[in-house]
Amino acid sequence: MEMLTEKDVSELKTKAKQIRKMTILSMGNLGVGHIGGAMSIVDTLTLLYYRHMNIDVNNPKRPDRDKLVLSKGHAGPSLYSILADKGYFPESWLETLNKGGSRLPSHCDMNLTPGIDMTTGSLGQGFSCSIGMALGDRMNGYHNTIYTIIGDGESNEGQIWEAAMAGAQFKLGNLIAFTDYNKMELDGYMHEVMDISDITSKWLSFGWYVQRVSGHDFRELDWAVQNAQAESQRPSMIILDTVKAKGFAPGEGQVASHNMKFDLKEAEDAVAVLEKETV
Amino acid sequence: MKEMRAVFTETLIELAKEDERIVLLEADLMRATGTTPFKEAYPDRIVNCGVAEANMVGIASGLSATGKIPFASTFACFAARRAYDQFFLSGNYAQQNVNLVGSDPGILAALNGGTHMPFEDIGLMRNIPGLVVYEPCDGASLAALVPQAKDHKGCTYMRLNRKASPAVYSDGEVFRLGKGKVIKDGSDLTIIASGCVMVPEAVKAAAELEKEGVSAAVIDMHTIKPIDAELIIEYAEKTGAIVTCENHQVINGLGSAVAEVLGENLPTPMARVGINDLFGQVGDVAWLQEAYGLTAANVKVKAFELLKRK
Repeated sequence: MEMLTEKDVSELKTKAKQIRKMTILSMGNLGVGHIGGAMSIVDTLTLLYYRHMNIDVNNPKRPDRDKLVLSKGHAGPSLYSILADKGYFPESWLETLNKGGSRLPSHCDMNLTPGIDMTTGSLGQGFSCSIGMALGDRMNGYHNTIYTIIGDGESNEGQIWEAAMAGAQFKLGNLIAFTDYNKMELDGYMHEVMDISDITSKWLSFGWYVQRVSGHDFRELDWAVQNAQAESQRPSMIILDTVKAKGFAPGEGQVASHNMKFDLKEAEDAVAVLEKETV
Repeated sequence: MKEMRAVFTETLIELAKEDERIVLLEADLMRATGTTPFKEAYPDRIVNCGVAEANMVGIASGLSATGKIPFASTFACFAARRAYDQFFLSGNYAQQNVNLVGSDPGILAALNGGTHMPFEDIGLMRNIPGLVVYEPCDGASLAALVPQAKDHKGCTYMRLNRKASPAVYSDGEVFRLGKGKVIKDGSDLTIIASGCVMVPEAVKAAAELEKEGVSAAVIDMHTIKPIDAELIIEYAEKTGAIVTCENHQVINGLGSAVAEVLGENLPTPMARVGINDLFGQVGDVAWLQEAYGLTAANVKVKAFELLKRK
């Protein structure tokens, strides 16, 4: 296993900061957005897209590419920032986020946005789709990986647990899932709304290869992803301890950040605060 | 007479020989839907999802995203009601090619009773943009239409009777998805029917009407969406009265689809035979047909009432 160097970590942190800035500004342009869940998953998305995923911006539909299903589809704006940065579409598109006629809708749409691998938005559904994609690409004889990200609030959905059983039943070693465990859902803390209780035991008991790491520590994250890649018989669940709205000062760690109003000036102020954080 | 489920499975096995993209999904109903021979023929191309229809439709959508052509099969009540959001969004909205098969539609759920009796599935499905909704009435039309669904770009929903249905057509008869089939011509009124229960009853009713001096055309409208507007208008012009017959609610089913076409193009006196805003109940098919008026006798009564309004 190759560990991340100091330089790798520094570069990833710089990139994640850039992605956060782009995302905050794109939402600020509109005046409202799902900033909380978008920010909490930036580090994971950054690690996957800049270090692990075998994808080709010049051939975005290459059948045997690695694929990512953002089942918590409301975090789409973070992914759009990454896809724009990688050149899947012009960065100017970010200013159109969620506006009429935009190709960047609030929830991911594979038919509108280049680089998006699955349409998501009704929680729980993307996770089942990722099971199907892992099955399909295994039937196709590909040696790729399907990555999928679910929310902790999303895990209230029964469909998540139907898919959890299926992933283990079908021994999907080519599927690596993440739970963005920021402990909050729209109406409050999870333990107040619908407690997920012992999340690690749940996934273990469903027969998955389970790891739990900080979702904001690149070394831990990368180590977990590499472990998951080495697992060939079971699907992997990496539980990410995250902070909702991480890096967006006005909402960081707050329940209200799930879908928050803020204008461009507030976005720019938040970006200025983020700039001052040491990498 | 061959059971419809056997025809479906044989058709799928034949198609799978030539097209390796075909995958069959089940939700722990293989022994009921009769697809076990597919599993024997293609053990690596069947995905049994257990009793989890929503997940099955999601998995089918994911398979489609990797280039597969999935057929997902379960009882129509679960296909339409339980997995609707998944079929709507992961399947249709995401522009996948998911072929959803709902067996035991309407009163054909018979001994499973009201809980398993979908009278509203066509209505639900008809509201999904671009979806093809069809209901073959016998083995020959089933065998002819399934390959077309396989080749259709986009999702399809098929209502399937699992049991044997009396043959309406000879083997090898030609059908086209989206095009109604004129079974019998006529000049006084037109009976437009769909499915295994009502197409044979419509044929029977037309024969009886003939004896009483009424010339009734019969159309098998096997594809409910897209509806064959051209044929409906042609026969409305020709006969001036339309009776629709369906094993489904009269609300938002075949009758509604026909009424929409006529209302906007050629307002024509109509009568609708179907379920009149009721839930299902347990019973055998013959008993249920009587209970809900899904009989040739009722079609005849409605036809005579309609002729007075012509």
